This record gives sequence, structure tokens and C-alpha cells, in this order.
Amino acid sequence: MSDAAQHKPETLNDVVWRALANRSFVIGLLITLAVAAMALVSFFWTPFDVTRLVVADRMQPPSSTHWFGTDHFGRDVLSMIMLGSRNSIAVALVAVGIGMGIGVPLGCWAAARGGWIDEALMRLNDLVFAFPALLSAVMITAVFGPGAINAIIAIGIFNIPVFARVARAGALAIWPREYILAARAAGKGPARITVEHILPNIANLLLVQGTIQFALGILAEAGLSYVGLGAQPPMPSWGRMLFDAQTVMVVAPWLALFPGCAILLTVLGLNLLGDGISDIFDPRARRRP
Amino acid sequence: MTAYLLKRLLIGAATLVVASVVVFLVLEVVPGDPARLMLGMNASDAQVELLREQMGLNQPLVWRYLDWARGLLQLDFGKSYTYSVPVADLIKERLVVSLPLAVIALALSTLIAIPVGLFAAARRGKASDTAAMAAAQIGVAMPNFWFALLLVYVFAVWLRLVPAGGFPGWSAGIWPALKALILPAVALALPQAAILSRVTRAALIEVLGEDYIRTARAKGMPMRAVLWRHALRNAMIPVLTIMGLQFAFLLAGTIIIENVFYLPGLGRLVFQAITQRDLIVVESVVMLLVAIVVLVNLVVDLSYALVDPRLRTRQ
Amino acid sequence: MSLLSIEKLSLKIGNLSVLKDVDLSIAPGEVMGLVGESGSGKSMTALAIMQLTPTSARIKGRIAFNGIDILGATEQQMCALRGDDIGMVFQEPMTALNPVKTIGEQVAEGIRWHTRASRAEAEDRARKILDRVGLPDQKFPLTRYPHELSGGQRQRVAIAIACALKPKLLIADEPTTALDVVLQAQILDLLRELVAENRMSLLFISHDLAVVTEMADRITILRQGSVTETGETARTLSDANHPYTRQLALASMHVPARAAPHIDASGPDLLLDVANVTRDYPGRRKSLFSKPETVRAVDDVSLTMRPGASVALVGRSGCGKSTLARMILALDKPTSGTIKFRGLDITRATDDELRRPRRNMQVVFQDPYGSFDPRHTVERLIAEPLHLLDRKPDRKERRDMVVRALHEVGLNRSDLDKYPHEFSGGQRQRLSIARAIITRPKLVVADEPVSALDVSIRAQILDLFAALNHRLGIAYLFITHDLTVARAITDDVLVMHEGRIVERGKTTEVLANPSTKATQALVSAAPDLHRAIARKLQEQG
Repeated sequence: MSDAAQHKPETLNDVVWRALANRSFVIGLLITLAVAAMALVSFFWTPFDVTRLVVADRMQPPSSTHWFGTDHFGRDVLSMIMLGSRNSIAVALVAVGIGMGIGVPLGCWAAARGGWIDEALMRLNDLVFAFPALLSAVMITAVFGPGAINAIIAIGIFNIPVFARVARAGALAIWPREYILAARAAGKGPARITVEHILPNIANLLLVQGTIQFALGILAEAGLSYVGLGAQPPMPSWGRMLFDAQTVMVVAPWLALFPGCAILLTVLGLNLLGDGISDIFDPRARRRP
Repeated sequence: MTAYLLKRLLIGAATLVVASVVVFLVLEVVPGDPARLMLGMNASDAQVELLREQMGLNQPLVWRYLDWARGLLQLDFGKSYTYSVPVADLIKERLVVSLPLAVIALALSTLIAIPVGLFAAARRGKASDTAAMAAAQIGVAMPNFWFALLLVYVFAVWLRLVPAGGFPGWSAGIWPALKALILPAVALALPQAAILSRVTRAALIEVLGEDYIRTARAKGMPMRAVLWRHALRNAMIPVLTIMGLQFAFLLAGTIIIENVFYLPGLGRLVFQAITQRDLIVVESVVMLLVAIVVLVNLVVDLSYALVDPRLRTRQ
Repeated sequence: MSLLSIEKLSLKIGNLSVLKDVDLSIAPGEVMGLVGESGSGKSMTALAIMQLTPTSARIKGRIAFNGIDILGATEQQMCALRGDDIGMVFQEPMTALNPVKTIGEQVAEGIRWHTRASRAEAEDRARKILDRVGLPDQKFPLTRYPHELSGGQRQRVAIAIACALKPKLLIADEPTTALDVVLQAQILDLLRELVAENRMSLLFISHDLAVVTEMADRITILRQGSVTETGETARTLSDANHPYTRQLALASMHVPARAAPHIDASGPDLLLDVANVTRDYPGRRKSLFSKPETVRAVDDVSLTMRPGASVALVGRSGCGKSTLARMILALDKPTSGTIKFRGLDITRATDDELRRPRRNMQVVFQDPYGSFDPRHTVERLIAEPLHLLDRKPDRKERRDMVVRALHEVGLNRSDLDKYPHEFSGGQRQRLSIARAIITRPKLVVADEPVSALDVSIRAQILDLFAALNHRLGIAYLFITHDLTVARAITDDVLVMHEGRIVERGKTTEVLANPSTKATQALVSAAPDLHRAIARKLQEQG
């Protein structure tokens, strides 16, 4: 049955409706929006001022004043988690930006040109993949000094081949389509075809990969700052908070619990969002009656 | 088949060469003179100069690279700046902790993930599938070092079943040594198992939609037999790919996990070397891990060819 | 007593009613043809008999096979029936076999499963049945993998799997649709022989009336999930009592009325002049260091076309006709030879020099679903070739030009802002033609433009091609394996075989008296409704 005439028109409304019916998407979006809101609010307001150390209040368990308790300097954990979200989001977002900004054009170029350029770019990709990402991030931050900027670069570099691969694979699937041949017959060059036809058709793939890399970036940043190579004190970061909590875990387990939950929830939200988006745009899911 | 293997081998070798150049150059730009570092701040310029000469630091860049690369091939990584012992010995000492840890973690992850993936795919859409995949979602989102902290809190601090950290050494006997590796291995394995089970399930579901599955069912084979005999092997390619990537990830992941458990593995070695600016150690460990990754990828490529007959004749 | 009897079978998926009160019965040893256009529910009927319908399907009615109530049977009972008493062959041979198992394993598997035979016994039987379907052990040992076989050979393996245990009923769902005409004829012969030898019943499903007529004793015509007519094949089709049957039969034999184009083609100027064109592709490497051997897709081809001409380029799949078309469209460069379009050698032209020839030659593809970017509106899609004009039209001009092109293909202004998925297959092919004619080209290359369409729609599109040839004087190069299309709409024909043009001349003459083996094979294999009905009537006296 090649010509099933049951393709119903699909409006934007239908897409929105399908999105709202997708559990993963809705939960993921809510969590992501909540974390983003938390980061935004922290610019104007946090429950307590974390730059002031109140020794009298140190290591308080969770209470009605300090919801998530206080740390060994008497700082409010909730306020620190709010400030830390800024750092996590910024690092992961810029790293995804680097990966997309460089990887997607490279991948599209490789797919459009083919031949030895494609082969060379893909071998270069393999080369980067051969470096265990975390180890190399450690090496880079070690060489150039710890800090948020170097963490961003280290994580960003390893996002490049990921996006290049996804973009190339997506583009290669589109290039043999007849509408591309038609566009070529209309005299359009590879660059123009890539912008007009390829990119819009692989956008959802890239979006899904973007959420995945965003989530991985948050995990990586937490790992780096946990070993002291991420954001430096006094800038609060979730990984650093966990490191500080480790030594006092026996007496103050909440210090380890809440930052970890923050990472878990953020990453979970992003992954659910990505799953949701890919479900919504999966043409096979749509074709099934 | 041989052409396919040969091509993979050549690519692996080329990757190693380029990687070694990159690692060498990155560490070359680092400020600081290793000779002065070794001798301390009080050494005279003449002493430093003498050591530089001995270490070959005054030779041209290309020469030093070739010298270093030749050493790598003979597993002679040079001498540690701080410990003044061969780096190879340092690495060997640490590898006996990190390698078993990564292997145990990978085995654990595979043993958990594949049955869970099969189970979920076979029960697609049912409550048990949803529950298993929800658990996997949480597992994927879990930072492994935080999970490790929780494990320590529950099993070491609270239940006192295993030590909270440290490593008695293999000389203390297999069991005490393994006991020290259990929690780190679980902490590494579970998040990876979550990823792998999702991949397994997705690959199986993809394969179950193929035409040849319908052909098999039209032969009169029940769904369970079709799943085992036809679907599983076809779904192995993406699963193997992820397993290959995970081994690299697990080896690198030990870097952080070892810090949680105070294990004297490669990760701790790297961190000590970084703080002491013992770059030759850093260089060597990075190269070693890159070589392991290349080797694992080669094994994965080989296993593709075993699983998929199309690769044996093409290319 | 009938072997299979289906009574009042209804099937719903969600709110969509796929089958409505379908009745069908097959006697032992009988061949039943099930005909219908796409979406008529043919495949779903077959899957319902096998109980392999999607889990979301809700079924009512009764299916009795050999006294067994199929809809009431347990999964275990169905497993015992499938592959043993009922065998099934599907449409797509390229994906129907498991790529990681040998053909021996796949054929023997069903035998072992049902008969509990030992491995050696099962392999022995597998070898016999594979030999019977035309894959002898000396050339095709059991250890071959599917990817080492061609599409036709794979379909033979699929038939071997289905017939291994000599089922009482064989279901063949469009078994030859994915194959070219010559392979189709071979597979149909094989099916006929197997059915006769083993006294099997056959449920033969196809959209192609001519093929079904050749195969079936009785036919059932399905339309939108309901049976419109059922009866003895030749009688049903020659009488054509039911209006839908008549419509289908007429559409299958439709020849558009053609008038000569309003253009003077007597001058000395050639529209297209292809001279000694060859195209090589790098083939598979034998080893890493040896040079890859080249595959010659197009071999020393020359042809010319005059303005307004309508030429068919016919040949079996893989004969190089699409590669040739791409070179003519300047989408691929020949290894050697020249292609002149209105005097300009397009094989050596720069992208800039190609703008003018590109404006004057456009393309229509086979797949009406794949030939449009799903994310663009009709206006943007049809206007795409306007990119080639020297002066870019402004928004209003552009819109007017698109509307005019839409009118010419029988669509209208209200379609401008729709997306491709909002159209049916036939309408999309109209869009495709609108896009091709918007720049008023002198030549349109059409690559299998109607082979993915249902017969009634195919007739309309052929009419449209004929009308545009007459009205706008567009020359056509039709690439097709379907001789009916070539006969219906072209004046001249070129027959291509293994990269070479082996025969050329007036379409009617060449196809009536083919002189080369390649053309003869094509002509004798091509299904023809007239001939098929006549033969059936003769057989029955």
C-alpha cells in the first residue's frame, strides 16, 4: 500500500495538542522551566545572603527557616543551590552552543561534500572520540587552570563531534531524497540547499541531541567542580557543594542530599524533555494509526 | 573481511599517532620548567641547566616528540618528575586497581541492562515496562559520584557492610580487595546500566517493526522465540556501540569515583600528578587511556563483523 | 466445501473502519485474486487471516479455515497453522529476510519448528525446496546470506519459506510489485507452478488488474474496505457489470487522446543531443590495496530529441536509465561523451552557464511523497525553479506565476498555503508537474512518473501529460519500465539494456515487433489486460 490517502492535514494546533498529551514532554518541560526560573530568580533574590558567613548557624538541619539546612559556614543550602543552578546552566548551555555552533556546520558540510572531506572530518571526529571526555576535560582544566571558563571549553570541545555526527547522519538521510534533486534541478547550490531544506528537516534531531548534551554537560560540570576543577569558590556550584558535604556526611547528610537531588532533577527534566520532543516529531509515531 | 579489519587497524593506528601529537603539544604549552620543578626553587641555574640537558629538554621539539613516542612504543614512559621512578611502574601499580574496577563495572552494567531491556521490550507499553523505564530514566540522570556518596552513607556508614573507602591491595587477599571495589563498581555500573537498558529496549523495538520479524511470525514461531532468535542479534549493533563507548567512559569515570572512595587508582595518580605538575605522568596516563579506547573500538568493530554478515563482505 | 471462508469481516483501527463486512471464500486448489487500489484493505484482509493484525485492530465477523475458527483460535493454535497450513509471501523482498541469518537457517527454521525434524533432515528439505524455487544448491548454498542475493532471488527464498511445508493455503501480498516486469513474470510463473504441483489454494493480492487476471480463477474487488464485486475472473472483467469494475478496467487500459504540439519541429535544431556518453562508478574493492574495479552504468549512449517530441526510455531496473536521466539533467557528470542541450554542452558548463539550460529542462519524479520538502508550503515548493530566472520576480508576480502553474495542472489558488501532506498521491504528482512547468521549460524528464499511482489516478496524470505536450509544446523524456505507459504517451522509444541502447524507433513499431532479446523479454513479460482476458476466455472455451 504505497498510497494510503489517510494523511490528514496537521496544523500547529495538532502539534501542540500532541505535545501536551505526551507525558514525558510535559513533565520534562515543567522541571526544566522550574530550574530555569530558579536560576533567574537567584539574580534578584535568594532566601539568604550566602556571602555572609554566620558561624552561629552552622550545620543546621532542615527547618522552617532554612528549608534545606545550612552548611559548615552557616550558609543557607537552598540559597546556594539557587545560585549554583546559574553556574550549571551557564556552563552546559554555552558548551552546547559551542558544540552546535561548530559541529552542525561541520557535519552538514561533510554530508554535502562527501568524498575525502567527509572522510577526513569523520576521522577527526573519531580522534576526538578516542579521548575519554572526562579525562580530557581534566587534562585541559589542569593545563589551563581550573575555572568555569575552562570547564565550558573542555565540555564544549567534546560536544563538537557529537553534533557533527548527528548533523551528518541526519543530512545524509535527507540528501538522497527526491526533493533535494528537485532543488538541484532548480539550480540551487549545496549551501543554499543545506539552509533551505536540510537544516529545517534535521532541526528536531538537533533539538533532541541538544537536550541530551545539555543534561550531560550539567553532569560533567558537576563532576569537574566536584574534583575542584570547575567553578571556584566563592561562586557556589552543585558539584563543589557535594565535595564539601562528603567530609561531614556522617553528621550532616542533608548537605549531600539536596545538591545531588538538584542535579538529578535537572538532568531528569532535560532527558524527559528530549524524549518527549523526539516522540512528538517521530514520523513513525505519527504514521501509526 | 580482511580489508575491513585492515582498514580499521590502520585507522586505529593513525588515531593513536595523531592523539600522541595532540597530547604532546598540549602539555608542551604549559608554563613551568619541569627541571626546575624537580630540583626545587633553591637550585642554581647551572644545576637546572645540567638537568635540562640530561632530560633532553634542550633538544628541538620534533626530536623530543620522537624520543617520547619511541619510548611509548616500548612501554617506557620516562621518569616521573616528582617520584623519580619510571612512570611505567607507577601506572602498573595503579592499573591493577582501575582496570578491574572498570571491567567489573562493565560486566555488572551489561548483566543488568540486557535482561531489563529484553524484558521491557517484550512487555512494551505494559505497567512493568513503564516502571522499568522510569527507573532507567532516574538512573541515567544520577551523577555517579553522588550515587557513590549515597551508597557509602547507606552501606558503609549506616549498615557497616563494607569499608567506606581505601584499598587493602590484592596482596591482602582477593576477597578483601573485591569487597573494597564492590561499592565503586556499583556506583559506576548502575547509571551505565540505565543507559544500556534503554538502548537495548529501543533497538529491540526498532527491530521488532522490521519486515523479517513478520516473516518469522508467518512461519508460525511464537513471539518469544522470534525475540530470541531473530530480534536480539539484529539489535546487538547499537548495543555493542554503546558498550564500547561505555568502557571508555567507565575508565575515565574511575577518575572521579576513585576520589570518592580514596582508591589508589589511575584517577588519583592523575590528580596528584596535576597538583604536583608532574606532566609526564599526566601525559602517559592520557595516552594509555586513549590506546585502550582505540583498542576497545577495534574489538567493537570486530564484533560488528561477527554479528552482521553484511560487514564481512562489504568494503 | 471451501478451504477458507470469510464472512462479514469488519476491522477497525481506532475510529477508522478499514474493512466493512467483507465476504470471501476460496475452494481447495483455487486461485483467488484480491484486487483494489491502495488503502482498500487488501493487506489487512490477509493479515487478519494470519491473525497478524496490529494489536490496536478490533475485528468482528468470522474466518473459517479448514473447519477451524480463526478469530476464536488461541495464539498457540495460530502458531501451529502459520507456516504449516497457511504460508505467506510479502511485497518487499529486500527487507523480508533476516539479514544476519543464512537462507538455509531461515528456510529450515520453519521446517524444524513444525515437524520437529533434526537439523540435518530440515536442511535437506530446505535444500530441496530452494532447488525447486530456482536456487540450486551448487550456485546458492544454504550458507548464503540474504544480502548476497538480488531482489528476485530473495523473493524466491521468501516463497521457499512460505511453501516449505506445502501449505493448504498460500497468501501472496503484492509479491511482484517491487520487481521489474521480467522478474515479475518469472516469479508469477513459479507461483503458478507451485500451486499446481502441491494443489495449494492461493490468495493473490495485487493492485494490478492485468497481473491478477493472468493468475486468478476468481477475483474479488475491494474498494474502501468493502467488496464491490466477486466472481469468475474473465467473465467479471469482460462483462464489467459493476460500475467500479468497469472504471478500474478502463483506467488500466487508458490511452490519452493526443494531438500534435503547436510547435514547429521540422527545423534543423535539435533540442537534445547526447553523444557517446559513458558513466563509470567505482565498484567494490577486492582488497585494500587493489584499485576498485569500475562498474559501467551507462555505456556509449547516443540519442537525439527534437522540440516537442515525446520519447520513452524503457528498460529493466538497474539498466542505467535513471543514471542517464540524471546526466541529461546535469545532476551528474558523464565519464566521457557530450550532452548538448539546445546547442550548449552542459557537461562542461559552469554552474552559472547552466542556469539557462536548467530553466529549460525540469524533472518529475516517481515518488509523489518524497519529492517535496514536507516543511515548505505549496507556493514555496512550486516557486523553487523561479530561482533560475535572471530577474527575480517580486512577491506578487511570483504568486501569480504559481497560481497559473496550479491552474494548468488542475489545482487552484486555495492550495497555495497548504503543505504537501494535505494532498493525495495523485494531487502531489500534479504539484510535481506544476513545479516542473513553472519556468516554461522545453524539456521535462519524467522518471517513472505514474508507477506509484493507482490506476484511476494514473490515467488522469497521463491525460495531463498529453494535454501539456499539446498546449505548451513541452518535449518529454519518459523513463519507465511500464510498456503500457510508453505505448500510451510516447512517439519514439529507446530500449536500454545493461547500460546500452539496444533498440530504438517508433514506439508502436518497436513494441509490436521487437527485434532484440532484451526488448522481446520486456514485451512478453509485460502484463496486458486485454491479452490476459482473451487468454482466460480461450482457456475456458
